[in-house]
Amino acid sequence: MTKTYRSGEALITVLRTVSFSIAARAFVAIVGPSGSGKTTLLGLLAGLDSPTSGTVLLDGTDLGPLSEDARARLRGEKVGFVFQNFQLIPTLTAAENVQVPLELRGTTGARAQAHDLLDRVGLADRAHHYPAQLSGGEQQRVALARAFANAPRVLFADEPTGNLDSDTGERIISLIESLNRDAGSTVILVTHDPALASRAGRIIRLSDGAVVDDSNGAS
Amino acid sequence: MGRWRFVPALAWRDSRASRRRLLTFMAAIAVGVAALVAIDSYTANILRAIHDQSRDLLGADVSLSSRDPFPASVDSLLETLRGEGIRVGRMTSFASMALLPRANATRLVQVRAAGPGVPFYGSIGTSPAGRWAALQTSHAALVDSSLLVETGARVGDTLSLGAARFAIIGTLTNVPGDIGIAAALGPRVYIAHRFLGETGLVVFGSRVSYEALLALPHGRDAAQLITTYRATLSDARVRARTVAETERSLTRAVDTLHDFLDLVGLVALLLGGVGVASAIHAYVAEKTDTIAMLRCLGGTQLQVLAMYLTEAAALGLVGAAAGALLGIAVQFELPHALGSFIPVTVQPAIVPRAVITGLVIGTWVAALFALLPLLRVRRITPLQALRQDAGAESAQGAARDVARLLAVVALVASVVGIAVWRSGSTQRGIFMSMGVGAAIALLWLAAAALSGLARRMLREHWPFVMRQGIANLYRPSNQTRAVVLALGFGAFLLGTVFLVQRSLVARLSLGDSDVRANLAFFDVQPDEVRGLDSLIADANMPLLQQVPIVPMRIATISGTDTAARAGSAPEARAPAAPGAEPRRGDRRRPSWALRREYRSSYRDTLNHSERLTAGHWVHGADAPGTGLPWISVEQDVASELQLAPGDTVTWDVQGVRIPTVVTSFREVNWARFEPNFFVIFSPRALEGAPATFVMLTRSSAPAAIAALQRTVVEHYSNVSSIDLSAVQRAVGAIVERIAVAIRFMALFSVATGILVMLGAVGASRRQRIREGVLLKTLGATRGQIGRIMLSEYAMLGILASATGVVLSVVAAWALMRFVFDAPFAPSPWPIIALAAGATLLTLVIGLWSSRDVFAETAMGALRER
Repeated sequence: MTKTYRSGEALITVLRTVSFSIAARAFVAIVGPSGSGKTTLLGLLAGLDSPTSGTVLLDGTDLGPLSEDARARLRGEKVGFVFQNFQLIPTLTAAENVQVPLELRGTTGARAQAHDLLDRVGLADRAHHYPAQLSGGEQQRVALARAFANAPRVLFADEPTGNLDSDTGERIISLIESLNRDAGSTVILVTHDPALASRAGRIIRLSDGAVVDDSNGAS
Repeated sequence: MGRWRFVPALAWRDSRASRRRLLTFMAAIAVGVAALVAIDSYTANILRAIHDQSRDLLGADVSLSSRDPFPASVDSLLETLRGEGIRVGRMTSFASMALLPRANATRLVQVRAAGPGVPFYGSIGTSPAGRWAALQTSHAALVDSSLLVETGARVGDTLSLGAARFAIIGTLTNVPGDIGIAAALGPRVYIAHRFLGETGLVVFGSRVSYEALLALPHGRDAAQLITTYRATLSDARVRARTVAETERSLTRAVDTLHDFLDLVGLVALLLGGVGVASAIHAYVAEKTDTIAMLRCLGGTQLQVLAMYLTEAAALGLVGAAAGALLGIAVQFELPHALGSFIPVTVQPAIVPRAVITGLVIGTWVAALFALLPLLRVRRITPLQALRQDAGAESAQGAARDVARLLAVVALVASVVGIAVWRSGSTQRGIFMSMGVGAAIALLWLAAAALSGLARRMLREHWPFVMRQGIANLYRPSNQTRAVVLALGFGAFLLGTVFLVQRSLVARLSLGDSDVRANLAFFDVQPDEVRGLDSLIADANMPLLQQVPIVPMRIATISGTDTAARAGSAPEARAPAAPGAEPRRGDRRRPSWALRREYRSSYRDTLNHSERLTAGHWVHGADAPGTGLPWISVEQDVASELQLAPGDTVTWDVQGVRIPTVVTSFREVNWARFEPNFFVIFSPRALEGAPATFVMLTRSSAPAAIAALQRTVVEHYSNVSSIDLSAVQRAVGAIVERIAVAIRFMALFSVATGILVMLGAVGASRRQRIREGVLLKTLGATRGQIGRIMLSEYAMLGILASATGVVLSVVAAWALMRFVFDAPFAPSPWPIIALAAGATLLTLVIGLWSSRDVFAETAMGALRER
């Protein structure tokens, strides 16, 4: 697929003919310098945006013909997200934040499930705290609990440790790995931290909107 | 000094990105400024017009008036004055029935018989033009056009007043000194004074006002003239008024109007100020990075504060300037809303002082309200440029912040100062700012209580979109309270005006009861009672009541001559307001109560609209143990006269002295259309006294009422009749005009409310978009996002209208209870409609201004850093 943006008169190509497939349950890191198109690629894979040409198949579903709302529903069912800046809703408590994807789908028993998830990330006692009352690492763990609330087929993580110190970052990554194992999710991680990337089973290297390297990770 | 030179430039650059958004808030200031400028300009123009036209309003230099024909002493005084070169003109006014034979109609009118030369100043406008002079030459009448419209008569028709017939030669277009709604109380009919006798209408018991108008030669001083003849005039119970007094009393009335409007305008401005404060609060939160960065680059706390304050003041000035322009435009609309209460023709003109006042106050209020949230700027540390959470702990010292305390004091002092400055009196200013402060504090409390309640009401099992929407109202740096306050005040004003209006009108309602009269005949002479009784019977109507009326004055109270009680207060004195009696409760000036003519009645039972408040109702002729007849006095008059049960009051009834003993006080509901009296006598005391009668009947057929009125006028031309449903309509129309004027002012607060809300939504726009995008990323459809916003704005609207409506019910109840002294008649449906309307408005504004939350794609969540 390709992705170009129109900026005034000029056409800016962010991704040139990128093509790959990722196996179920894989742990893949997408790496590359700033402006290489990592985030754009992640957005396209998750159906947040549509490619200019080409197709994206997510767990066998072609995202192309789907409406924005249909893609949103698909994300609600199959996709989990972790962001660099956590992206918790400040007006909701930790537990309520975890409940959001469940409630958007109308799942019953969301509350109990949320507490269960918080327990798994070690935050059962912080369930009723607001994001502002939590440290960065705690916020990211809440975000992880939220991401796994719908037992996603794919977890997209965008620099999940970028705003955290290395010890906390390490904890988050271990958590992602274990949740990945338990839930059987595919993990697609965007980062420019080589240490973090080295934990992945496969590394896709982007530069200037093209895949320059696609190899197995260190492990 | 050099360190400050960059401040304006930086402020300018900083504002570039957010100018449009901040301007919404400054527009809230603009609305308040517009109200003040419009009010100031309008009243300045009225006062100038009153000053310019005051001689025209009186039509003379001096007016002498009395309820009785002038005694010989005054007539000879007028002769003397004529000899001194003073022109004297006559005007005699009274109410009477007018018969219009061609249109086959009768109508109660205000007859004014004008002598030659009257008015000496100003002119009475007629259509066709110039007919005023023709009035004196023949049996001619000039009438209000409403008389023609209501009866279907036209110019050229004959109009009968008593025994005399007049040709209608035109209609009145402008009568200086009369306010527009005067005609609502009965159309005016002008005739020449010399034909007054021919009508035969001025007989015993008629309520007639006699007036002599004086035009002084150049150099003769009106006040001095009155001083010279004060004794003669006072003895004859003649009231004297000069141009200066007319102007003073009118000016006072306009000042009262100005104060009232100003209250509304100031509240609108302060609500705008609250809007500014909340906007700046959100703005500072958003600018934390910029501020921390500026501090990193070496800016001091004060420099940064000065920069943002400059920005706020500059935007305040822009807002105030826009407001001043709007105010100038609005003042051209005010005459439509208020014109019918103003006795002068007002030429709208730009008043520079009003414009400058508006600019200064607007800028000052904007800067001051911005200062409070801006003080937080000082707490933003350079470290926050690196770590966003670095400043969190430093916010704790806020409570003991001296600067903040000073800012609050400055704010309160400014509000009081502005109110004192504008009202021109320390006392009124303090009262006014207390009023404004109480209004805003109450709204704030109500808004806070309701918001808290809504938050506590949230239940786990409610649909997610609803909970999420309501939770949004409490998001960090939310402006829920400012919006609830601003919109709530609009709903509050509209609701209060509406409820009070409904209660007042409900009070006047005649109902469909068979026992309550709706047609009254008055000035019935004793020898006409039987004839009229049979005319009523012929019309198949019941005679419900026949009430005697005896005119009288007080001679002595407990043996003391009334003149002594009245003190040295001269009779020749201006009233508090045109046509109004002096204020009640003024202990030093009870002379009106002592000297006035009492039109009393006698009966042996209380009627439905009365209630005893002290003493006993005596069943028998005399007050027990005194041998004197009893009287029952209306409680307000009793307190004016400082009476107590057991006091002796001696009355002068057409020269006969009748001693009586006060045995009870009564509370009277004057709004009921029943003949009620200040003083009710034991029948024995007055049965022989000369009386006129009021006769009451009822019919549900308007045609039958009109027919009976006609028949009665044909038989007894001196008998006037009132169709009470017509009076009710007239009073209702007056109340409606007042309500329109207040509603017009309420629009200012509604506009402020809308602007504050638009600004509040705008200020949290980025946060809303971020949240919307995040929810989309997590799988929310646009429908779900829409429902979240729907519940958010619906809740906001419900909070605002509930705040307004709850307070308006309280205020309306208090106004009815304490000001109008009448029962409160709550009308739920219109209030529910008002609340629904306000909620809908909030919803529409909210959804419309959040439309880009829909438009944003989910990709934004990844891009947001």
